[in-house]
Amino acid sequence: MSGFIATLERLDRRWIFLAMAIAVAGPIVYIGITGKTLPETSTPAAQAVYDAIEALPKGSRVLISYDFDPGSSGELLPMATSLVHQCAARDLKMVFIALWPLGPQMVTDTIKRVITADFPQMKEGVDYVNLGFQSGNEAVMKVMLTDFKKAFPKSEKGTATGQIPMLEGVTRVKDFPLLVTISAGYPGAKEWIQYVVSSSGGEITMVTGCTGVQTPQLFPYFPAQLRGMLGAIKGAAEYESLVNASLAPGDNSPVPPKYLEAQRRMGPQLGAHLLMVALIILGNIAFFAQRREKAQVKS
Amino acid sequence: MRRLIPMWIAIIAGFAMLFSAFFPVTEFFGETFGEIFSVVAAIAYVLGAGSLAKINLAKISRRDQGWGYSAITLFCFAATLFVGLGKIGVPPNAQFAALPWSGEKNAEGSAFAWIYEYGLVPITSTMFALLAFYVASAAFRAFRAKNLEAILLLSTAFIVLLGRTFAGVVLTGWFPDWASGLRLENLSVYIMQVFNTAGNRAIIIGIALGVTATSLRILLGVDRSWMGSGGNS
Repeated sequence: MSGFIATLERLDRRWIFLAMAIAVAGPIVYIGITGKTLPETSTPAAQAVYDAIEALPKGSRVLISYDFDPGSSGELLPMATSLVHQCAARDLKMVFIALWPLGPQMVTDTIKRVITADFPQMKEGVDYVNLGFQSGNEAVMKVMLTDFKKAFPKSEKGTATGQIPMLEGVTRVKDFPLLVTISAGYPGAKEWIQYVVSSSGGEITMVTGCTGVQTPQLFPYFPAQLRGMLGAIKGAAEYESLVNASLAPGDNSPVPPKYLEAQRRMGPQLGAHLLMVALIILGNIAFFAQRREKAQVKS
Repeated sequence: MRRLIPMWIAIIAGFAMLFSAFFPVTEFFGETFGEIFSVVAAIAYVLGAGSLAKINLAKISRRDQGWGYSAITLFCFAATLFVGLGKIGVPPNAQFAALPWSGEKNAEGSAFAWIYEYGLVPITSTMFALLAFYVASAAFRAFRAKNLEAILLLSTAFIVLLGRTFAGVVLTGWFPDWASGLRLENLSVYIMQVFNTAGNRAIIIGIALGVTATSLRILLGVDRSWMGSGGNS
């Protein structure tokens, strides 16, 4: 036993790195080969996001803000994919914007993978539009409150916002019945709540998908200012399973892998979390053994 | 003068933004200053680029430790800037086919899109993924049940770690309905929605009061430390 404790105390951190690599790679390989994912039960916050989109009448405009960059795409891109999937399937008109410089590329990627690939009948400028990035953080939000077209004067492709058919009649951000932000930090969901939702006097309905780090910070706003929330990859997986279940064709045909990304990533998350729990327990065993040894030496 | 002008800009812009939130007739002022802020924020990117070049060039010229990394940073920065501004490999916009520079800088097939896809995405994703390894190492060495507070923290960590995965369902999914609140996945939600919300709201209120006090000091010209190189007088 003492040999085991001594080994734990001297454990090189590279062994921990190796264990983490195996804990993550094992489920990735298994899910990759078998295609099996773990079942998900939705929590109220994820269900609320799904319900908020389902409640919109066909043809409603949804403002989707990509407030993240490739660094957090592992966590946020699967939920963005599912959000666009649900909106497209419900024939909602999507207006994409970005307050992070690298957001527009992520928007282009989602449009290509979801809208162009699976909803070819949707037309750019009529059913969806990418208005690109605008610098200024909260200031852009403030301008959108009074004049949306001033905040985003042209689309990513250079078309003047006033000439985009789907934006006819849009003057303020309040003209969008639903605001969706996929947020990785600053500026993100918190600023949208503080500067747009609160300023609108509750007229704007907002849902968000955010990173694990942001989730605890945003819970105080749910469900009053924030109608629904997808917290990290877990929230994304819950929401993804809800969307996939509602859009299943009924002929038992397999769901395309791109719509299973979040659920697939719950496998590596399970492995990593179990390893973390095991490491904490082992670390504490070593700690208490060491403490007892010191006490014995003293006495 | 160097301090007086910025101070008055801050006071006027601050009060304009403040009033625009409370009085609809003054919304125009808030909007105008919002636009000005957007322009200033865009200029800040140029300043940021200048600062990046200045710091890294100084490191290279002094041959400081790690100057090679500075050289790589500057090379990548210059290459991306050249590719983006020059719209290298960008096909022309369909509406203006005669104009070679009319396409988007990040259009499919362009050099900028290539750098993004095969350079930036893998690099930033790798950086983010490395966190898992360092967090695991830190968990092994730092999470110790030394006292009651640490035990509470550890218990909460276990519940959330297990409750946010399928392990929670396997371990406690068999609990009868009357005890469903004790299932790890439900406990995890309860911790986030009740304990976390209570703690976070207290912090948010504290921060809001602090921000209000600091903002008032700036708006009234009492606090001038934000201009740098000086005290509050």
